[in-house]
Amino acid sequence: MDDVIKLDAANYKDLLKHYIDTQDEKSLYGVEQVSKSFIKNHILPEEIVNLHIQALAELYPEMSEKFQHSMDFLLEAMISYGLAHQEFQMLREKQYEIKSEISVAASMQNTLLGTTKPEIEGLDIGIVSVPAHQMNGDYHHFVKGKDGSLGIAIADVIGKGIPAALCMSMIKYAMDSYPEDSMEPKSILKNLNRVVERNVDASMFITMLYAQYLPCEHKLHYASAGHEPGFYYDAEKGTFTEIETKGLVLGVSSDAEYEQYELKVNKGDMVILLTDGVTECRDGDRFIESEEILEVIKSYEDLPAQEMVNKVYKHFERLQDFELRDDFTLLILRREV
Amino acid sequence: MNLSVDITNESEKSIVNLSGEIDAYTAPQLKDAVLPLTKTPEHTVEIDLENVNYMDSTGLGVFISALKSTKEHGSKMKLVNIQDRVLRLFKITGLDEIMDINSAIRGGSE
Repeated sequence: MDDVIKLDAANYKDLLKHYIDTQDEKSLYGVEQVSKSFIKNHILPEEIVNLHIQALAELYPEMSEKFQHSMDFLLEAMISYGLAHQEFQMLREKQYEIKSEISVAASMQNTLLGTTKPEIEGLDIGIVSVPAHQMNGDYHHFVKGKDGSLGIAIADVIGKGIPAALCMSMIKYAMDSYPEDSMEPKSILKNLNRVVERNVDASMFITMLYAQYLPCEHKLHYASAGHEPGFYYDAEKGTFTEIETKGLVLGVSSDAEYEQYELKVNKGDMVILLTDGVTECRDGDRFIESEEILEVIKSYEDLPAQEMVNKVYKHFERLQDFELRDDFTLLILRREV
Repeated sequence: MNLSVDITNESEKSIVNLSGEIDAYTAPQLKDAVLPLTKTPEHTVEIDLENVNYMDSTGLGVFISALKSTKEHGSKMKLVNIQDRVLRLFKITGLDEIMDINSAIRGGSE
């Protein structure tokens, strides 16, 4: 590194001389290159002033004493800038470290919370879940029961970012610990509510919809803990209806009870589950109405469920200039046969 | 968007007038203003939401912690003049059943 400095220092002196004699643009360009190399090698501003003083002294030994003193004065004035610059460098490195640590945490979250979309005959499933920042506060989970049923959880942790993401892991492990045959939506929510109420900060809460699809009976059992209502698409009529549910968010009151509902799913019908990142989309200052979301979904009706959710996501991503305000999760379940 | 918080203290009651948006950026400010008021026993904290047209779930979190604090300290919280769009959030989350809420008197209630 010393060599670089020596080389650049000599170069600096030549360029300075050339500029003083000719005021040539080329030497200005030259000094720009030298200063870039200095920055790259962490040379501080006062060192450059020092270099300037030395170069001047060599080039013009007869320089006035007063001028020399003024240069020393300038040198002193630059020292604080040098310190500030060093601090900036340090912060930049730290920021880089933090960023990479968060990305490690995010990928760990993906591993911990990972769920695979199950293949179930006669059922077409599409799911898209995209975090607004590095870590996702939305969560979805599929569980295949021994009896052939499919459990689906979709949830949103309030409190965003890292604390929310950590909280999600707790929910997932609580759910994993339930025996497979007792997966009734209302009891799952009642149970999780107690876990969350005991373990979570007062301003943090979780909304969740838990659904259980029974392929043999073509029925959907579900219960909601204050979760954004989903929609039911009646293929025969071509209409959507809001799936009405009642139930308190998880983590607020330890004795909350949850109501369970049942829905008969006919051939071609769809169940659409989502989080508020979908319904709270904005187009500029305008809120997107749920009718608009449903219209977009309907326009892709002929596609397989996975392509549908992908297209719907792309649509709203574009509408919001590719900047999500909130985590976005959309799940479509369609009975094929 | 900003949130302005205006507090009027009476002997047994504090009236909090909010105006603006409650989201992840303004929620901490709301929390700092409201939470201390809930810590006096027998005190009523009335929060006027007439001029709040947008609130996201982070805002709900503030009201939930305030509610928990009223239970802990024996105080009361009342939400008044909630606009439809914000009220919807309280209804979906089931909080309208455990909180003392009055919807908007002006600006179109249901």
